[in-house]
Amino acid sequence: MARRNDVRRYPGFLGITLFCLVVLYAPLVVVAVYSFNASPSITLWGGFSFRWYEEVFFGLEAEKFKRAAWNSVTIALMAGGAATVIATAAALGMVRAGRFRGKGASFALLSLPIMAPEIVTAVATLIFFSLIGLTLGYGSILLAHIVFCIPFAYLPIAARLEGIEGAFDEAAQDLYATRWEAFRFILLPLLAPGIVSGFLLAFIISLDDFIITNFVKGAGVETLPTAIFGAVKQGIKPDIMALSTLMLGISIVLVTISYFVGKAGSTRR
Amino acid sequence: MKDGGQADAVELRGVVKRYGAVTALKETSFAIRDNEFFTLLGPSGCGKTTLLRMIAGFEEASAGEIRLYGEDIAALPPNLRPVNTVFQQYALFPHMNVAENVAFGMRMKKVPKPEIERRVAEALALVKLEDFAARRPSQLSGGQQQRVALARALAPGPKVLLLDEPLSALDLKLRQAMRVELKEMQRKSGIAFVFVTHDQEEALTMSDRIAVMSAGEVRQIGDAQKIYEEPADRFVADFIGETNLLEVEVARTGPEGAAIRLAGAEFIAAPRADVKAGEKTVASIRPERITLVAPAGGLTGVLERLVYLGTDWAATIRLDDGRQITARAQNAHGQKLPVGPGERATILIDEGAPRLLPR
Amino acid sequence: MAGGGAGGGGRTQSAAFAPVRLWLLLPSWAVIAIFMGLPLLIMLVYSFLTKEFRGGVIWEFSLAAYDRFVFDRGLFGDDPPVLNTTYLTIFARSLIQALVATALCLLIGFPAAFYIATRPPEQRTLWLLLITVPYWVNLLIRTVSMKFLIRENGPLNEFLMGIGLISEPLPLVNTDIAVQLGLFYSYLPFMVLPIYAAVERYDFSLSEAAADLYADRWTILREVTLPAVRPGVIAGCILVFIPSLGAFLAPDLLGGARTFMIGSLIEEQFKGAAGDWPFGAAAATILMTIVLIALLLHARAEARREV
Repeated sequence: MARRNDVRRYPGFLGITLFCLVVLYAPLVVVAVYSFNASPSITLWGGFSFRWYEEVFFGLEAEKFKRAAWNSVTIALMAGGAATVIATAAALGMVRAGRFRGKGASFALLSLPIMAPEIVTAVATLIFFSLIGLTLGYGSILLAHIVFCIPFAYLPIAARLEGIEGAFDEAAQDLYATRWEAFRFILLPLLAPGIVSGFLLAFIISLDDFIITNFVKGAGVETLPTAIFGAVKQGIKPDIMALSTLMLGISIVLVTISYFVGKAGSTRR
Repeated sequence: MKDGGQADAVELRGVVKRYGAVTALKETSFAIRDNEFFTLLGPSGCGKTTLLRMIAGFEEASAGEIRLYGEDIAALPPNLRPVNTVFQQYALFPHMNVAENVAFGMRMKKVPKPEIERRVAEALALVKLEDFAARRPSQLSGGQQQRVALARALAPGPKVLLLDEPLSALDLKLRQAMRVELKEMQRKSGIAFVFVTHDQEEALTMSDRIAVMSAGEVRQIGDAQKIYEEPADRFVADFIGETNLLEVEVARTGPEGAAIRLAGAEFIAAPRADVKAGEKTVASIRPERITLVAPAGGLTGVLERLVYLGTDWAATIRLDDGRQITARAQNAHGQKLPVGPGERATILIDEGAPRLLPR
Repeated sequence: MAGGGAGGGGRTQSAAFAPVRLWLLLPSWAVIAIFMGLPLLIMLVYSFLTKEFRGGVIWEFSLAAYDRFVFDRGLFGDDPPVLNTTYLTIFARSLIQALVATALCLLIGFPAAFYIATRPPEQRTLWLLLITVPYWVNLLIRTVSMKFLIRENGPLNEFLMGIGLISEPLPLVNTDIAVQLGLFYSYLPFMVLPIYAAVERYDFSLSEAAADLYADRWTILREVTLPAVRPGVIAGCILVFIPSLGAFLAPDLLGGARTFMIGSLIEEQFKGAAGDWPFGAAAATILMTIVLIALLLHARAEARREV
């Protein structure tokens, strides 16, 4: 087909796409590069070095960041896990339980945490916790994270579930499987990639959150984002760039895992 | 697995299915015999799949009894009914290989492992897929998937096999080959097959008996010849094969048939007890029972269109009273029709060919 | 399918879990209703209470929080009211910034999404992965990185001066432009993904039909493609507009006092020295109301489309 006659082609669209990628990646690449800068000045290049990574792990503030990282990861694991369980049940109830009155309202409720701006959620949650007298700290962060992780876990799980033929359930039951066996041997294995994606998404969203955590964390308890934010307020230091680069690396690893899990799931179909 | 005795494989007594205000299946009673290839035939939306799904247990009957070899199964969930289904899109479990798919039903029935293995091998041999046991369904062609679905449904030893338009996803050649194989498999397995299709050719070639359905109702049950030659009503006559439906007047009735008047000419229709002389009714006349000859009185018209179809010629004739009929002439012995397009012709109808239908 | 009056559509949708539906849905309903719905209502109530000076509220009905948006009544609220446009300006700036960010993301995101969706399938996933990876990177880190990049003696200015495009470093940080850049950068993937999904489903034989009927390609885009992929475009705009309106990190880190947005204003009421909870709750309520109006308009437009 002659390129100029192809209705899928528009001049300049490739350029704009590349521009998007430059805008998206330039800051990350620059920070990653400068995290290996030997010079303590953030403006001048002083040769390649791992010193800021050593600083992150063994420096003056290492203890603070390690505690914050521990909080971040444990909260993300628990919040992601709890949200995934709740979201899986909800997806089965929405997608595999026929039509019912209030399905639209149910979906609206499920997506409420995505739809509300984070700052609003943060304010509402803080006011609620203070009204019921909940002490702010690790527990309050975990609770808030479970809530806003639910829709993020729900979406990939429900999408996956919608792609699984209803006939599989029926075929299993036709072949003498009880409801539980049909779920255990057929639906669950087929849904697994969706559940993994849902968990990973919820995990990252929890790890990523700053605004809500900042409101409900109370004094003394920090997660990585709040700790970094506090440090950045004093100016961008090279060790922060090293820490950021580490988190960048972790995120990319997780995306890659999620990508391959999704891919493995799709070729099986 | 058979109970012996004289009980029918499946018996429906006054079965009704309603979805809210919509009646998907009107009150229906009939029996499917032991060891029979039985087909539910009808256009989409006629209730045939609903009926099949009620036998399988996926839909609950709103009223009536469904008996399997004499036992009422209406209250049983699908996993407790000794019937298996071949699904339209096969519904092969994508995360299991062929052998695991075939074994699944027996695994759920807690059949001992060695026996499962033996019967999986048997079932795969039956469908000639012994070498594909370790493949995933996605690595198989449509025809192979279809065979796996069959093996999976037959392996647990069901009392009745249900097939929901299993050939509709295959291309024409494969579909034709599978018809023969399916019939063969039914004979070998010795159980009743209940086959749902909208394809009349499929139904006619495979079935021992056919139930023709329309708008939630069974219109006629009979073997292929009976529903083609002796359609019970307009719908069946029109749906099965091609036909001319013409308004006629009954001239006389007699034991060897009724004389009918069509545009001034008289013909002999198949006998029918409940028609009286002078009554107006509808006759179904198959195109291949009509012959065109050079004009010689009787029923005459103009040959408007002649279409070459390879094995046949299809002729459209405008009768002198303005009505249209079609005729088929076999393209045998290289003969040409005695009349050409635009010419006048006399129309002969085989004696006893017109079927009088209830109005 | 001959499903009678039942299912209808092409594929069988199982209702296997219908008997336990309530038990499956109850946990999510309960958690979100109690820890999200109820708090939003309480926030609404708080916006009508009287402020406690050390943070928190006194349970006394008051319109002072809303009044404060428009009038200045002095430190103790008993001076004669003077019109005060400080907060109105902040809201207006936030709205304008969010609208500009949405427009910018659309202008850049649409061609990118369109380009990606028209690649061969095996290339598509790679492009898509490239666009989504930054979304998975911590927003705080991305914003900090942007600040590092555009600061006065940062790499961007050095680069621009190096190629001779400018002679003085651009004072980007602490300007509306920096905040805008931050918003655009933060939420661009939200625009690309839904539009990509819509274009991928778009039937290009429609474009070919239009081309056959003498339309040039930009006319095709405007008259045929855009209307067909409109739901994706609108979804993208909403996904960018909502978080931009309530954004906190971009204005806080990239902007300064002159680029204050709603998010920072609210944060200040609860975390900062100003500490007026009812006022913060009122600002959050107004923000939520704007979002709800946007969502309702969208839902109504969608409902009308489907009729």
